[in-house]
Amino acid sequence: MSLMNAARKILLALAVPVLLVAGWWLATAGSASFFWPPLGQILTAFADTWFSARFVTDVLPSLGRLLAGYLGAVVLGVALGTAIGSSRTLRGLLEPVLEFFRAIPSPVLVPILMLFAGIGDGMKILVIVSGCVWPVLLNTVEGVRALDEVLGDTARSYRMRRHSRLIHLVLPGAGPQIAAGARQALSIGIILMVISEMFAASNGLGFTIIQFQRSFAIPQMWSGIILLGLVGIVLSMAFRAVEARLLRWYTGLRTAQREG
Amino acid sequence: MTADPTGAPARPRSATTAMLDVRGLQKIYEGRGRSVEAVRDLTFTVAAGELVCIVGPSGAGKTTLLRCIAGLLDTTAGEVVLEGERVTGPPPGMAVVFQEYGRSLFPWMTVRQNVELPLKEKKVPKDRRRRLVQDSLEAVGLADAQDAHPWQLSGGMQQRVAIARAVAYEPHLLLMDEPFAAVDAQTRADLEDLVRSLWQRLGVTVLFVTHDIDESVYLGQRVIVLSNSPTVVLEDVPIDLPAERDQLTTRSLPRFAELRSHVYELIQLAKSGHRPA
Ligand SMILES: Nc1ncnc2c1ncn2[C@@H]1O[C@H](COP(=O)(O)OP(=O)(O)OP(=O)(O)O)[C@@H](O)[C@H]1O
Ligand SMILES: [Mg+2]
Repeated sequence: MSLMNAARKILLALAVPVLLVAGWWLATAGSASFFWPPLGQILTAFADTWFSARFVTDVLPSLGRLLAGYLGAVVLGVALGTAIGSSRTLRGLLEPVLEFFRAIPSPVLVPILMLFAGIGDGMKILVIVSGCVWPVLLNTVEGVRALDEVLGDTARSYRMRRHSRLIHLVLPGAGPQIAAGARQALSIGIILMVISEMFAASNGLGFTIIQFQRSFAIPQMWSGIILLGLVGIVLSMAFRAVEARLLRWYTGLRTAQREG
Repeated sequence: MTADPTGAPARPRSATTAMLDVRGLQKIYEGRGRSVEAVRDLTFTVAAGELVCIVGPSGAGKTTLLRCIAGLLDTTAGEVVLEGERVTGPPPGMAVVFQEYGRSLFPWMTVRQNVELPLKEKKVPKDRRRRLVQDSLEAVGLADAQDAHPWQLSGGMQQRVAIARAVAYEPHLLLMDEPFAAVDAQTRADLEDLVRSLWQRLGVTVLFVTHDIDESVYLGQRVIVLSNSPTVVLEDVPIDLPAERDQLTTRSLPRFAELRSHVYELIQLAKSGHRPA
């Protein structure tokens, strides 16, 4: 029964992608348009382009910068968010400023950051951090602020020290909100990874896709876009796997509340 | 005091050693342009090993009082002295069971982890910690639920976990704020007997806040009746019922009925705004 269910779920999840691909395939099968090459041609280009040295010279550096920037933003956002969320004074002081900074689209920071940090990996990682940190930070503040008072009193009455309150109360309690912020940050990170490489770079996914476009390697360009989509799917699946593990208690709690 | 009129369990106890001393306690909540005097002037003493109930009308300031004693709330005037030390923050050797049991357990931890955490905080060695957790969970009848999460348990079970956590902590003073207000009658009766038996076994001092007049008379050696807010002590009623209590016989004693109606009258007086001269 559950096997049937699982099979049905997988079929349902795959149905739309399969239809889309089939549609794309049929629509472009006899295409003579230069900008809309047949899907078959794109897929051949995909294999030739990415299952090659490019994987090491372009894909891995991009992913490395994304991961470094993303994880840096999560750590920074959670650390700052915890501090701000725990202190009413800090919140009052910083909340308007935070809203202001969050409202600035990070891509406009790229030229500015280039001035300070050059055009190397450092700049690109900084761009990713500067965009990803906000949803994590603001969600962490909200999560910490909304911690249950009774739980806080419980921790105080048992004289829990600051660091164990952090580990056993604040971080897990704010966990669901932090995860929500981190999920938003992930998609922002992928966008910024590409954008930061379009401005000034000598390698990377974004750089390569722009190169293909400029040299009219249209099937290759399309294959790069497909690869970006796949990277997004894989990362979001990885995120969900980690989240499901860390927040298993929360899923259980929610289910119990809904049923009870 | 040599002979204890309540015929308390045979364990060394002296009414002269005060466990808890509340002197002239006042609490005014300062709000935006509005201040509420919740507690005006409370003075009472609880001896080591006593079980004292506090009753009062809703809004009388019972929770406020308990939070002041627990060091979770600053007092406006007066002081709370616990074991000779003035309370300025949560003191060691004290455990609180909150009314909102569902919200006082860490949902990301199992039952065992919930009970064990305060002990780790207290740096109790591992072996002893294990035994305390095991014993306290057995005492509340939850030895089988150790690996469950709180939200997998019923309300009464959750409250028992909170009690087990408090008991495992080996406090000298156990504060309970309407701990059974939200459980069904049968569970409530069981939990009352559980508190009595743990108290008798462990020699802990218990301060038990309740709405329920019957419960206060059934549980306590004394019942302190509070006036309505701003609060003072209306009367300190000694409960001279036998120490061995059980739900059927104790509650059907004529003396139980007398005490119960006396406390009931006091509460009615309190509600109508009566204050001691
Ligand atoms: N944080 C607060 N700020 C302002 N006023 C408060 C606050 N907490 C309680 N009060 C007021 O203090 C008074 C006593 O409240 P408290 O919660 O101590 O009563 P209680 O006896 O525990 O009531 P109940 O039996 O309903 O639990 C009430 O008038 C309440 O409105
Ligand atoms: Mg209350």
